[in-house]
Amino acid sequence: MTPSNARSTLLMAPALAWLTALMVVPCGLILALGFFRRGTYGGIEYTFTLENFGLLLDPLYAGIFLTSARIAGTATLIAVVIGYAAAYAIAAAPRHRQPILLFFAVLPFWSNYLIRTYAWIVLLNREGLITHGLRMLGYEGEPPSMLYTEGAVITGLVYNYLPFVILACYAPLSRLNPELAEASRDLGASAFTTFRRVILPMTVPGIAAGAVFVFVLSIGNFITPALLGGGRFQMIGNLVYAQFLTANDWPFGAALSMALIAIMMGLLTLQTFAAEKGAGEAREAADG
Amino acid sequence: MTPLLSIDNVTKRFGRVIAVDGVSLDIAENEFFALLGASGSGKTTLLRMLAGFETPEEGAILLDGADISHMPPNRRPVNLMFQSYALFPHMTVEANIAYGLEMEHLPKAEITTRVGEIMEITELSPMARRKPDQLSGGQRQRVALARALVKRPRLLLLDEPLGALDKKLRAAMQLELKRLQHEVGVTFIVVTHDQEEALVMADRVAILKDGRLLQVGTPHEVYEHPANRYAADFIGVMNFIEEDGKTIAIRPERIRIFPDTADRTAKGKIVARAYHGLDLQLHVETDLSQRPLLVRVTADAADRHALAEGDAVTLGWNHTDTRQFND
Amino acid sequence: MAERTPASRVGLISVLILIFAFLYIPIAVLVILSFNAGGMPTAWTGFSVKWYGALLGNADILQAALNTLIVAVISTLIATALGTLLALGIETRRRKGRALEALVFAPMIIPDIVLAIALLSFFSLLKFPMGLHTIILSHVVFNLAFVSAVVRARLKTFDWSVTEASADLGASAFTTFRRVTLPLILPAVIAGALLAFTLSVDEFIIAFFTAGAGRSSTTLPMQIFAMIRFGVTPEINALATLVMIVSVTALTLSQRLNRGVIAP
Ligand SMILES: Nc1ncnc2c1ncn2[C@@H]1O[C@H](COP(=O)(O)OP(=O)(O)OP(=O)(O)O)[C@@H](O)[C@H]1O
Ligand SMILES: [Mg+2]
Repeated sequence: MTPSNARSTLLMAPALAWLTALMVVPCGLILALGFFRRGTYGGIEYTFTLENFGLLLDPLYAGIFLTSARIAGTATLIAVVIGYAAAYAIAAAPRHRQPILLFFAVLPFWSNYLIRTYAWIVLLNREGLITHGLRMLGYEGEPPSMLYTEGAVITGLVYNYLPFVILACYAPLSRLNPELAEASRDLGASAFTTFRRVILPMTVPGIAAGAVFVFVLSIGNFITPALLGGGRFQMIGNLVYAQFLTANDWPFGAALSMALIAIMMGLLTLQTFAAEKGAGEAREAADG
Repeated sequence: MTPLLSIDNVTKRFGRVIAVDGVSLDIAENEFFALLGASGSGKTTLLRMLAGFETPEEGAILLDGADISHMPPNRRPVNLMFQSYALFPHMTVEANIAYGLEMEHLPKAEITTRVGEIMEITELSPMARRKPDQLSGGQRQRVALARALVKRPRLLLLDEPLGALDKKLRAAMQLELKRLQHEVGVTFIVVTHDQEEALVMADRVAILKDGRLLQVGTPHEVYEHPANRYAADFIGVMNFIEEDGKTIAIRPERIRIFPDTADRTAKGKIVARAYHGLDLQLHVETDLSQRPLLVRVTADAADRHALAEGDAVTLGWNHTDTRQFND
Repeated sequence: MAERTPASRVGLISVLILIFAFLYIPIAVLVILSFNAGGMPTAWTGFSVKWYGALLGNADILQAALNTLIVAVISTLIATALGTLLALGIETRRRKGRALEALVFAPMIIPDIVLAIALLSFFSLLKFPMGLHTIILSHVVFNLAFVSAVVRARLKTFDWSVTEASADLGASAFTTFRRVTLPLILPAVIAGALLAFTLSVDEFIIAFFTAGAGRSSTTLPMQIFAMIRFGVTPEINALATLVMIVSVTALTLSQRLNRGVIAP
């Protein structure tokens, strides 16, 4: 098949039509909804307003944004640290074992999210396995409250997104020429200095991309806070959910999800910009 | 006087492969030493043991008389210039060169001076702020060299330093390396599989085959007095004549055409001729060997005798110019 | 790579063991508990498959399983066809605009909740009745993106000269596709389909928002969500185990057919 734009367009048409009808238009609709007023009985009143976006700055909702950002940020940080260590260990394993190790590290990511979250209820439950384990070790007091805490939510997020971070960190680590680390050692650097000054800087741009996704997926998550936070932790995802299914304030829900998309796009742009700036600086230096 | 470096009966295996097999070698201060050998002969492995990236299974490596076989690479006063250069892509030329000095925790001012000096010597100053991917092959090679040299190591190991360069640049850099070595007064061990390069640059040459040392000597020694058939074949061009179960070897430039006097003469026919710059290489069929003998004549002599393909010629040489091998 | 000291090798192996323990112990616990006669996580009271039996007797769950299967199969079939054509279209294009790349990448990165409420608003404003069919329509959106990503990765290493050879030998464009291109990319297409199938079987949020009211369009993940909210029950363990088995089988097959689908 030789390149031909006419045929290519024809081939793409059904899928692009589908995406347009069921993704672009609905998302555009949401964007538009954000500028309308909430009707008295929960419907939509078609008059233009910026109120919904103004409401995002309301201390109550801004607070939820901050809580969400804190929880998502902590989860991202932990996932990146653990995930990087795992990816490093996999990249350091013998070449022929790496594919299988990676496969098993990533496999859970593609399986059922609800079930993986549910597993933590079983573990963290007041009468769950961890409590039981403590009892067996002679612990007598009240069962520790682990479920329905911020810690539980963070654990769930880390658990669910860790495979993704491992995958994101593995890619740059496995591409790294091992001779660079050797050259650093040869020039007198310790193993730790070599890591800090050579390996880490060279793998950080790839990791940043992974971190952005984990952060965005976490901040917009509503299953984990609902199940492991027991509804005590409102995150943006839960707020959106509530606007559509209980509070019936669709315009505000639409504005919230636009904010979510804005955060994602902002972070992605920042990350791309940072990566391109690095390359640009180098180019500039060459011209000078 | 103890030699700078003493490699004492060193062996290294990778599973069933013996990469380096009982190598012993002494290298003197300020020597320019070349390790020659075919691909897979163990050159890189030997260098990596000297640099500290592999540990010998048997034998010892002594530097200034002290055993360094188990010293980690970052503590050895030995530096390696990698075959791939291994420049840090995220650092500028300057930062690459300064890296090794920073590891020694030298004062900033001293680092700046020394980096500046070495960039002058290696003519890298104009590109101090560039990153490696904005340099040409020859410039990268010089950065790799400068980065290792600036540490003033006792011993500099160079793994195929010119391997990635084109022919013309290689020739220029061969002399450049030699000049630099002179200027900074560091002992060099260079790995190459280009025998011509080794002969041009080195004070002494070692030939490795299957992890074993076949011969060590000055370029003149190994060229004129190869220790065995492999060495004779490996270095330069050699004609082999089988006679009475012996192998007679003679260099193309030692064979004369239409000699006035010669210990040995043979008649033959020119089957091919090829220009080699000023010289002409003739392929002459004789009944002495299956393969045509290679004969090197000056363009001058070729003109004089009006040599053409298909012409009959008489070849001659002296016994003192031949070598005999029994294997 | 340089030799590692025994200490650093032990360190790296310990990291791997800890990570894999963290990833797999929670899942293993569910699987083990699903065979626990007593059903409670706190005491092992003997091996039993009675919770699996209980599932079979639960009409709601059976209905949900059937619904899930319908959604997954139909949306996978549509997405595989559309996604493969999309991939072929993109990869045979001379210039790929940034907008096009963004459009086909978007379904994979948009937070589920956003796509879910967008579709809900869309369907309800159009007064479009919701049910299994709207879940199918919605699932195709992300499924086709994943299928096309898998097939595109395969096409990137595809040697197009074989199709030119086929044309040179007299085959029409369609015959070339059927006899040369398709057989060569088929493993990737099937791998993409298997991935789409798993994603669809497991997808909860979008299904939840686009299912409309009523039990008739409840899928398994929705059923599981409801059961979890209700509390820890032994049936969930059995159900979770079965769902995991389906996912893992499809994913492993997918990876076998075309390395790089799940992990490089
Ligand atoms: N890390 C390793 N693991 C297994 N075998 C190795 C390893 N390094 C080298 N070898 C083997 O040891 C032998 C010597 O290899 P070495 O790299 O030292 O050769 P070389 O002389 O440098 O070759 P070249 O000229 O191709 O660079 C080869 O047979 C090689 O396959
Ligand atoms: Mg080598």
